[in-house]
Amino acid sequence: MSPIITVSNLTKSYAGGFTALKGIDLEINRGEIFALLGPNGAGKTTLISIICGIANATSGKVVVDGHDNVASFRAAREMIGLVPQELHTDAFETVWATVSFSRGLFGKPKNPAHIEKVLKDLSLWDKKDNKIVTLSGGMKRRVMIAKALSHEPQILFLDEPTAGVDVELRKGMWEVVRTLRAAGVTVILTTHYIEEAEEMADRIGVINKGEIILVEDKAALMQQLGKKRLKLHLQSKVEAIPPGLSAYNLKLADDGNQLIYTYDTKSERTGITSLLGDLREAGIRFSDLDTTQSSLEDIFVSLVRK
Amino acid sequence: MNFRAVKAIYLFEMARTWRTVLQSIVSPVISTSLYFVVFGAAIGSRITSVEGVSYGTFIVPGLVMLSVLTQSISNASFGIYFPKFTGTIYELLSAPVSYVEVVLGYVGAAATKSILLGLIILATAGLFVPLHILHPWWMITFLVLTAVTFSLFGFIIGIWADGFEKLQAIPLLVVTPLTFLGGSFYSVSMLPSGWRTITLLNPVVYLISGFRWSFYEISDVSVVWSVTITLMFLAICMVAVWWIFKTGYKLKN
Repeated sequence: MSPIITVSNLTKSYAGGFTALKGIDLEINRGEIFALLGPNGAGKTTLISIICGIANATSGKVVVDGHDNVASFRAAREMIGLVPQELHTDAFETVWATVSFSRGLFGKPKNPAHIEKVLKDLSLWDKKDNKIVTLSGGMKRRVMIAKALSHEPQILFLDEPTAGVDVELRKGMWEVVRTLRAAGVTVILTTHYIEEAEEMADRIGVINKGEIILVEDKAALMQQLGKKRLKLHLQSKVEAIPPGLSAYNLKLADDGNQLIYTYDTKSERTGITSLLGDLREAGIRFSDLDTTQSSLEDIFVSLVRK
Repeated sequence: MNFRAVKAIYLFEMARTWRTVLQSIVSPVISTSLYFVVFGAAIGSRITSVEGVSYGTFIVPGLVMLSVLTQSISNASFGIYFPKFTGTIYELLSAPVSYVEVVLGYVGAAATKSILLGLIILATAGLFVPLHILHPWWMITFLVLTAVTFSLFGFIIGIWADGFEKLQAIPLLVVTPLTFLGGSFYSVSMLPSGWRTITLLNPVVYLISGFRWSFYEISDVSVVWSVTITLMFLAICMVAVWWIFKTGYKLKN
C-alpha cells in the first residue's frame, strides 16, 4: 500500500542561519502509529508544523495521500488533525463552541452527534458547557484533541500529547489513540516519554539535529538492539570478581552484593548456563535473580549520543 | 471556497462581540454622547451654524465616522492579534482555508460590528439633535465602504503587531490625530488657506466629507474624490493582505 504521507528532502533554515531540518525523507504508512522520538530541539515540532501547513519549508516536498501540501493544501489539510505541543485554547469559549468551531473551520457540515461522541470518548461531555478557562491542564489538553478530531481526520498528529498529564489520564489517551487506530486513523506522535512509544507505536523514527537517524519497526528495533541484563543477588558480598569468571565480563554492583551479566538475546548461546555452572565452581551463591530487557530508552539514548 | 469556514470564523468573532458587549458597543456610545454634550450642546450653543446647519447637527457624520474608523481598526486588529497572542492561530494556519476565507471571516465580522455601531451612534445622535439624511443609500455606501476598508487596515495592523504596544500605536498615534484633524468637528473651509492645503493630504478628510455630503449635501471635497480615495485605500489594503498571506509574513516563521 502506498504511504499516506511522503516527506521528500525537506529542509528548513531560518534567516539567522540555523538549520532546523536537513533534508528529511520519511514515509508514514497508512493506519500505523508512528512515534517520532528525539531530544529537545531535534526538529520534531518543525517537521510536524511544515507537514500541517503552519510553517513554510525552505525546500523539499510533502505529499499527503497524493495531495501536495502546498499546491493542493485544501485536500491535504482536510485529512489532518493536529494537536500541538503547547496548550493553545480560547479561554472564554465553551468546550462545545470551540470544538464545533474547529469542525466548521475544516469545512465539515454540522454534526452534533459526532461532536458528542468525541467529547464522550475524551470524558469531556459533562464539561461541554464550561468555559475553557475553568478547566484543568489535562482537560485543556483533551479539548485540543477533541478539536483535532472534530472534523474526522484520517491522520492525527499528536505533538507531545501527554506532557504534563497524569498517569491515569495518559492511559486514557493511549486508549483513545488505540481506538482511533482501530478505526483506520493514522497517528503520528512525538513524545519524550519513551515508554509511550514503546507501549503504542508500530514504528519508531528517531530524529536528532534535524536528521532522521533511524526508522524501524518497533519490534525489530527492540530485537535488533535489545540487550538483556541478568542480575544476581548474592548471598554474601564479594570483593572482586574471581579470575575464573573474567570471560563473562561481569560487573559488580550494590557494593559487591550484586553481579550483573549482559547478554545478547539474538545470539545462539547466551552463556547463562555455563555462567551459572562457573559461579557454583567459584563458590558464589545467590539468593535471587532477575533479568531485564534494555528498554527503548536505553536504545534511544545510545543512538542520540553517537 | 470553504464557506463553512467563513461562517465559523464570522460567527466566532460575532460571539466575541456579544461577550464583550460593554466594551464593544456601550463604551463607544457613551463616549459619543459625551462629545455631543461637550461639543454639541455646551460649546456648540455658542456657534450659530456651519454652512447652514446647526453645529450640533454638523458634527454628527464626523462623530459617526470617528467611531466607525477607530472601532473597525481596533476590532479587526484585536480579532487577528489575539489568536496570535494565545497561540490558537495554529488551527487557522493548519485548516483548509485560504486567506480569502480568513479575511472574509475576520474583516466581515469586524466591519459588521462597526456598521452596527455606526447606526447605533446615529440613533443616539437623533436623541440630541434633529437628523435628516438626504442620500440614505450614499450614507450606507460610505458607512459600509469605510467599515470594510478600515477593518482590513486593522487586520493588517493585527498581523504586523507583535505586542500590545504596537497594536495600539497606529490607532493612537496615526488614526486618532488624522480623524480629529480630518474635519470631524469643523469644516475644512474654516481653516486658514495654508492649513487647508495640508489638510487635503489627510485621507480621512475625504471619508468624512463624503459621509457628511450624504447627510446635508455640504462637503469639503467632491464626492467623486471621496469615493475614489476610499476605494484606493481599500485596494492598497487588499494588496497588502494578499502579500502577507503569500509570503506568510509574521504568520508562518
